[in-house]
Amino acid sequence: MWEVVIGLEIHAQLATESKIFSGASTAYGAAPNTQACAVDLGLPGVLPVLNKEVVRMAASFGLAIGANVSRRSVFARKNYFYPDLPKGYQISQFELPIVERGNIDIELEDGAIKSIGVTRAHLEEDAGKSLHEDFQGMTGIDLNRAGTPLLEIVSEPDMRSAKEAVAYMKKIHSLVTYLGICDGNMQEGSFRCDANVSVRPQGQQEFGTRAELKNINSFRFVERAINIEVERQIDIIEGGGEIVQETRLYDADKNETRSMRSKEEANDYRYFPDPDLLPVELTDAYLRGIEATLPELPEQKKARFITDYSLKQGDADVLTASRALADFFESLVEASGDAKLAANWVIGSVASMLNKENLDITDSKISAEQLGGLLQRVIDNTISGKIAKDVFEAMWQGEGSADAIIESRGLKQITDSGAIEKIIDDIIAANPDQVEQFRAGKDKVLGFFVGQVMKASAGKANPGQVNQLLKQKLAP
Amino acid sequence: MSLDADEVARIAHLAGLAIDEADIPEYTTNLSNILELVEQMSSVDTAGIEPMAHPLELPQRLREDKVTETDQRELFQKCAPKVERGLYLVPQVIE
Repeated sequence: MWEVVIGLEIHAQLATESKIFSGASTAYGAAPNTQACAVDLGLPGVLPVLNKEVVRMAASFGLAIGANVSRRSVFARKNYFYPDLPKGYQISQFELPIVERGNIDIELEDGAIKSIGVTRAHLEEDAGKSLHEDFQGMTGIDLNRAGTPLLEIVSEPDMRSAKEAVAYMKKIHSLVTYLGICDGNMQEGSFRCDANVSVRPQGQQEFGTRAELKNINSFRFVERAINIEVERQIDIIEGGGEIVQETRLYDADKNETRSMRSKEEANDYRYFPDPDLLPVELTDAYLRGIEATLPELPEQKKARFITDYSLKQGDADVLTASRALADFFESLVEASGDAKLAANWVIGSVASMLNKENLDITDSKISAEQLGGLLQRVIDNTISGKIAKDVFEAMWQGEGSADAIIESRGLKQITDSGAIEKIIDDIIAANPDQVEQFRAGKDKVLGFFVGQVMKASAGKANPGQVNQLLKQKLAP
Repeated sequence: MSLDADEVARIAHLAGLAIDEADIPEYTTNLSNILELVEQMSSVDTAGIEPMAHPLELPQRLREDKVTETDQRELFQKCAPKVERGLYLVPQVIE
């Protein structure tokens, strides 16, 4: 039997306005090279100047995972040649990173908690983008992304399955978005990961030779890429072969990994301290200041939701999955005054509508305050829960507020017992056979009558009253 | 410590330098001399001394996170050998 060993390197793009070493904008989607200044281009005579926010963000990540935030960290040059790296080196951190030795707890499928070590997290600049489309046999380079701040979070090889790797990646994703230091947008490449994968016979102490899977940008692909790579490695070893240490690329279309660089070109980065930058020194008072302003983190929020709102563990998990969703839920609790109902609506109708339209909670077409207005009409019995779903859809389509829709469509629940009695009397008179059956002891027929009354009232009769009145009137 | 010709060729390759085969023996001697000087310095007792990351003993100054640069693409691309649709064009690289 084989044991899988996985370590992840996650690149989280820090959510700053400007770049790590220059005053160029980091906004996504600008026309090529319009946000690449002289520093980003590596023109002669320029000097990098470190962005204050980048340091604060890295330090808050370190504090949030209980790591050691270095009082002194140093930037180093990682030397390699590639056209999207104009200086011929990437400014990174090597011997003295800003964050060292932290931990992240993940929950396994059986509910057990496992602690994953975070070896280090260091600051570095991103490279530009190469476009290999047809430019008369040439490659196009867009340097807008060059110099964008990244926090590279390196784990210990502590994960033993693709599922654990995904759980860890999701945990880091949730943490950096809660901290507000990364927007977490995987499509835009703000959050991506490399996976170091190896296998060894169960019980063996030393690690097998690893392959590095590059640039995986979705949770689903991480799981698939690791599983397919593990299969490949086991096949090679069982066939009598040996694993080569190399960098491999995951091809999602073919669901396979393939070699990116051959061994003889294996990189030797020749790191050395960057003479353009001085060591970053942080004081205890500075770190205490950051610690004091850390937002509530996912675990703390989940525990508070369970206590304050009497939510079930599973519901609290869903509602705290992102800070934006948790905020929406809390605003809805405030607007509606009913936590249980609010939780059901966010997890139910809101989530399925977002899912259907492939939107994030921040793009919801109904605000928490507007939805609160709808839930109040359910709570005060103006409409039933079932009709509320129709009103919700109408609100989503932009037809107006809950009250306006209820009014214009005449959806107000009928709570006047006289009016309900009249409908019931008509239905009893029209269905003598069913009345007979009910009186002969066939209780199920009550459902038929409820259905008929609701239909006759276009779903507006108060269901509780209908049930009660029907039982009275049908009694022999 | 002295280097051999293969190591010099490899260093040149990593540095992206095209060097003349005939010059390798001279580079080998010169680079080895530098390493020997470093070796001499290694004999100094440095126990308990924290290595410096920079000759200036000062901490890094930080700048505010503000966008201060404007778009100067047109100016910068004037010195590029080839551009198209705002992109810098380079000989094709495929990994």
